[in-house]
Amino acid sequence: MANYLPILVFILVAVLFLAASLIAARLLRDAGMGRTNREPYECGNEPETLALDHRFSIRYYLIAVLFVIFDVETVFLFPWAVMFDQLALFGFIEMMIFIAILVVGYIYVWKRGALNWA
Amino acid sequence: MMESVLELLGPELYYGALTPALKIAVLLFVGILPVITYLVLAERKILGYIQVRLGPNRVGPWGLLQPIADVMKLLVKEDVIPNRAIRWAFILAPCLVVGPAFVIFAVIPVGPPAAEPGGLDLFITDVNVGLLFIVAMATIAVYGLIIGGWSSNSKFSLLGGLRSAAQMISYEVPQGFALVAALLLAGSMSMVGIVEAQKAAGVWFVFPQFLGFFIYFVAGVAESNRNPFDLPEAESELVAGYHTEYSGMRFALFFLGEYANMIVISAVAVTLYFGGWYRPFPNVEALSFLDFPFLPAGLVAVFWFAVKVFAFLFVYIWFRGTFPRYRFDQLMDLGWKWMIPLALLNIFLTALFKLVL
Repeated sequence: MANYLPILVFILVAVLFLAASLIAARLLRDAGMGRTNREPYECGNEPETLALDHRFSIRYYLIAVLFVIFDVETVFLFPWAVMFDQLALFGFIEMMIFIAILVVGYIYVWKRGALNWA
Repeated sequence: MMESVLELLGPELYYGALTPALKIAVLLFVGILPVITYLVLAERKILGYIQVRLGPNRVGPWGLLQPIADVMKLLVKEDVIPNRAIRWAFILAPCLVVGPAFVIFAVIPVGPPAAEPGGLDLFITDVNVGLLFIVAMATIAVYGLIIGGWSSNSKFSLLGGLRSAAQMISYEVPQGFALVAALLLAGSMSMVGIVEAQKAAGVWFVFPQFLGFFIYFVAGVAESNRNPFDLPEAESELVAGYHTEYSGMRFALFFLGEYANMIVISAVAVTLYFGGWYRPFPNVEALSFLDFPFLPAGLVAVFWFAVKVFAFLFVYIWFRGTFPRYRFDQLMDLGWKWMIPLALLNIFLTALFKLVL
């Protein structure tokens, strides 16, 4: 675990750096122009509605779900790749079966049009 | 004096916390931050020459003081928090982009481990899951962008944040697959181990892993939201994307995060595919003059690492001067329909190649 202590130190340094730069900016910054300057930007008009009241495309959710599926796959592949020399042929065949199952799902998703944007 | 400090703290804290803290300070304030500030100037200069103009040339000779003027300007600018924003998230978001990008440097080796015990390792730490740590840390930036876009409560920001989140997670999949193929060759996730494996193999992994490197780097450009994949901040349609509402120092932090991410992607590419801190062809005796034997070995190692990273940074800027921006559906198609099958094929071929040999 001693190897991880420097990472903790680095996180601490990063937090200190961020805090210091934001505090320095707070001390030095211009006072500002008042209320109208703090309206959300909308090409000069006062916004009629808030952005968070609007709905947006379902495809963003779809992409997120697909990402989770494929990223879990990556997590399985990492240790397999490192141990490949020991696993040899058995590991190779096993992982190829696993990837083949994933590819079947991938083709299904593609044919259903989930990968088409617009 | 150092002995008494060592006695006071005990060896664990001395070698685990104080020595790394000094190295981190040097890395951050002599390495990363100056490189980022002058990378911005270099980018503007190179883009200028690509477009047959001069670039910044008013502040100081050859515009050399321009970055300092920029930083001063950003520090004293009004720091707007929109009145309908979610305040705590608005403040947190830029920190989530910059912080992890810095922390990744903890596991990137700029030079070899110390030759004799007690000497100076030219990296902050070497953990046995180094690459996994980098992938994990790099993912946190997605939260920064989407929280920034969401909490601004502005329509441009929201759309920009969603876009960048979709883009970054889409390209993370092929990037992860490309890294798996490199790991197959290296047989280790430690960054030092990967570099040593390349020296042992006698060849940079970019040669057997050309396809993997190509996928990694294209996905890396997309991950760092740079041209031609800079849709999240496409000026022509989204004003500035997720950072539309940001100004002053908080905007500067987003900016810093983007450039720090460029350096991270370049540094990982150098470590994984281009032999890290070793000179080109480290096993060929005839080229040993490239080790500059009259200089300290550590300095030469850092020199070669820096040269390779700067070459990548130049490619980034070159891209920006050359390619027009992708359309969003093209971007998604490239990621999901081309890069993922190619990356899976690459894993298959690499594993087969290792099995046969």
